[in-house]
Amino acid sequence: MAHVHEHEHDENAGAEQRKAIWRTFWILLAITALEFLIAFTLEAGILKTAIFVGMTIVKAFYIVGEFMHLKHEVKSLIWSLLIPCIFVVWLLIALMREGGSIFDLR
Amino acid sequence: MAATAQPNVKNVWLGGVEPMKASYGKLMMWFFLISDTFTFSALLVAYGLVRFSSPAYVGQVADFVASPAYWPIPEKVFDAIPFFHGLHAPLVFVGIMTFILIFSSVTMVLAVEAGHRMDRAAVEKYMLWTILGGATFLGCQAWEWTHFIVGTDSGTVVKELVDGDWVTHTVFGANLTQNQYGPPAFADFFFFITGFHGTHVLSGVILNFLVFYRTATGLYEKRGHYEMVEKIGLYWHFVDLVWVFVFTFFYLV
Repeated sequence: MAHVHEHEHDENAGAEQRKAIWRTFWILLAITALEFLIAFTLEAGILKTAIFVGMTIVKAFYIVGEFMHLKHEVKSLIWSLLIPCIFVVWLLIALMREGGSIFDLR
Repeated sequence: MAATAQPNVKNVWLGGVEPMKASYGKLMMWFFLISDTFTFSALLVAYGLVRFSSPAYVGQVADFVASPAYWPIPEKVFDAIPFFHGLHAPLVFVGIMTFILIFSSVTMVLAVEAGHRMDRAAVEKYMLWTILGGATFLGCQAWEWTHFIVGTDSGTVVKELVDGDWVTHTVFGANLTQNQYGPPAFADFFFFITGFHGTHVLSGVILNFLVFYRTATGLYEKRGHYEMVEKIGLYWHFVDLVWVFVFTFFYLV
């Protein structure tokens, strides 16, 4: 009897997890659809780029947090993966500014 | 007394303790993925540098004409879909590709969840869906590359300085040195970034098939856990994640 009960409990936990998976899927789909809408309605510019980058980060948060389960890992693992990424952002901004400078000098 | 290892006592230096509460394999997969992040970032950062150091297109989006003189607007370059030759459908095909990859990520995480329940049949089913999604994505990419390389019907007339003389000729499609859609660097980055990502998808499909095979032959059931599905799952989600960034930085902005 104890075994049956345990099995039942496992299945319930799985159902909850499956619900979270599908919710994440719908969120990702909605953001992608919204990106398309913005791509064809908003004028190109800083605001549009900022919205796209923001939405990408939200999507990345859901993929890494839910699908890759990082949200539920220990804090030291989360930080040891996030902190190196800060340097990537730094490099990206630095070299885009550098590119603008190269353009001005040419 | 203190130096002898006691059974059933967890010792930090003698194993039995998982750092960061993740198994060795999972931790190593995470650290591999962070190093792979650097590689992809290097490609995207280089793209940003070259794009910002190249002239941008000024004028109305509707009047855009491809030229090697300025960076193209991606939605004007990637506007074709299979079976509808000549139809202007900006970013529709790449949107479909994005959807396929996100969906295969969902079936992958469902396979991981089924593995937690030791549900072998469900793991097999979801792994097959994931493999199908990956293979479909690769097929789409093959079509996209072919279209990009072959080019449009009319091509682009390019004026070039050859040995001191201005020569006019028509360029069809793109390769590593010539590009009808914009500067050659644009095509180079397209081939390198989507190609490197496609290689990841290809190896992901192979790994997924290996996991499917080992599930179907009952290896993980005998082992007592489906952790390998989780580890390969991490890799597969990472490939999806990279595509999210490529989609934004190469196709949208």
